[in-house]
Amino acid sequence: MALYSEKVMDHFRNPRNVGVIEDADGVGEVGNAKCGDIMKMYLKIEDETITDVKFETFGCGSAIASSSMATEMIKGKPVAEAMQLTNKAVAEALDGLPDYKMHCSVLAEEAIRSAIEDYERKKRGEPSLTVKENVESEDN
Amino acid sequence: MIYADNAATTRMSDAAIQTMITLSGECYGNASSLYSIGQRAKEVLEQARADVAAVINAEPREITFTSGGSEADNQAIRSAAELGKLKGKKHIISSAFEHHAVLHTLSKLEREGFTVTLLPVHEDGLVRPEELAEAIREDTCLVTIMYANNEIGTIQPIRELGAICRERNVLFHTDAVQAIGHISVDVVRDNIDMLSASAHKFHGPKGTGFLYAKKGIRLTSLIEGGAQERGRRAGTENVPAIAATATALKEAAATLEEHAEATAKKRDRLIAGLSQIPHSALNGDAKKRLPSNVNFCFEGIEGESLLLLLDDRGIMASSGSACTSGSLDPSHVLLAIGRVHDVAHGSLRLSIGDDITDEEVDYLVKNVGEVVSYLRGFSPIWRDLTSGKKPFIL
Repeated sequence: MALYSEKVMDHFRNPRNVGVIEDADGVGEVGNAKCGDIMKMYLKIEDETITDVKFETFGCGSAIASSSMATEMIKGKPVAEAMQLTNKAVAEALDGLPDYKMHCSVLAEEAIRSAIEDYERKKRGEPSLTVKENVESEDN
Repeated sequence: MIYADNAATTRMSDAAIQTMITLSGECYGNASSLYSIGQRAKEVLEQARADVAAVINAEPREITFTSGGSEADNQAIRSAAELGKLKGKKHIISSAFEHHAVLHTLSKLEREGFTVTLLPVHEDGLVRPEELAEAIREDTCLVTIMYANNEIGTIQPIRELGAICRERNVLFHTDAVQAIGHISVDVVRDNIDMLSASAHKFHGPKGTGFLYAKKGIRLTSLIEGGAQERGRRAGTENVPAIAATATALKEAAATLEEHAEATAKKRDRLIAGLSQIPHSALNGDAKKRLPSNVNFCFEGIEGESLLLLLDDRGIMASSGSACTSGSLDPSHVLLAIGRVHDVAHGSLRLSIGDDITDEEVDYLVKNVGEVVSYLRGFSPIWRDLTSGKKPFIL
């Protein structure tokens, strides 16, 4: 299929790190159902290093592939380094995304950042925003 | 492979391919030339016009060949607007879920000073005749309502809508692109003044279609140039493609009833099968729909990923999700029948061919079910729905 690169299709067909971490140290969720993309990232962090990462995604092929690639890129990395991950790097690692799909890689970057921020908040003893957000239902 | 996207386009019939190939070689003359091979092309052209006209119960002179359905829609609406403007009538009525060839033409006319009323299509995807009657005003110059919807396949009460327009002396156009060759269409019986059709939707070639305009309705030419098509469309006629259009349409008309009946049975089997998938819903009325059309929403998943995974399993289908349209909004058709964004993103249209077997229908049901369930397995929305954080919509 010419729509996506082979790398995108590989990560879409065989997504890495799919699932949930029940006792995650940081959870981030970005996007909304209205626009058709939601990404949720779960991080396990030890000594400021991401020891495990899982994701759940509602979205198109490139959204799923971007999530998968992003999780691979931060697994085993120090938190500070993961925080620097850009959407461009995710898209490049996937051998590119169509222009109108670049927002999928932006979501991946934001999801990771959001999960790390959640971890930082927890470290400071503040309540988790992600959990609070999820309680509200956003139906229309 | 199961090709279940016949509403997008169809494979040309063998007879239509043969017509096109043969005539491309043998009948290359310009139909406007007076020497014999030119006149031969003219004869083929006029025979095609007569054949096409006969299928919809029109007269040959009422048929103008165009580049397809979109051009026919544009020309019909533009022509009616021009005629209306002459009488100071600048109000047009249509429906909320028309094809963009109609809706975008109407938006353009709005910018030129016309007023447009879009009738609601309700949850069942059907226009109500009484709502049309109420919407017609003194200055209404055109009503344009599609015969059958391209996404959800619902068939409008065209005869009744046409009768109302006749009674109120308003021109009635119908975009019959999805209907022609699949269900019975008769411009006299159905009170139709203008009708658009596209050949590639009924196993004819792409790039060809026609506009029916009842005699007496003056058409505005969208393309200036020579006097082809009685001055209603300039440009040398694509005779091989036009003849192939007639071949395909005659073929479709000859077997229309038996095909429609047999296909509707497969459609109903497919609907029954897909209805077993939890938290899913059929879009549009279950019976007043094209024999080939099945359109479902599956909660908790997104359409593009569904299509890609079905493609891996040899199934070609389409979706009204935003990601397949290149915009952030899902299909205007699904929104018009009241589906919320979250659900509309998870839509699937299967438009089956009349040669589909029960085994293939069952293969579709099984694979759609498996892929939906796989995608739900890592959908954060599905998790929220199943854990009770969010209420199910479907």
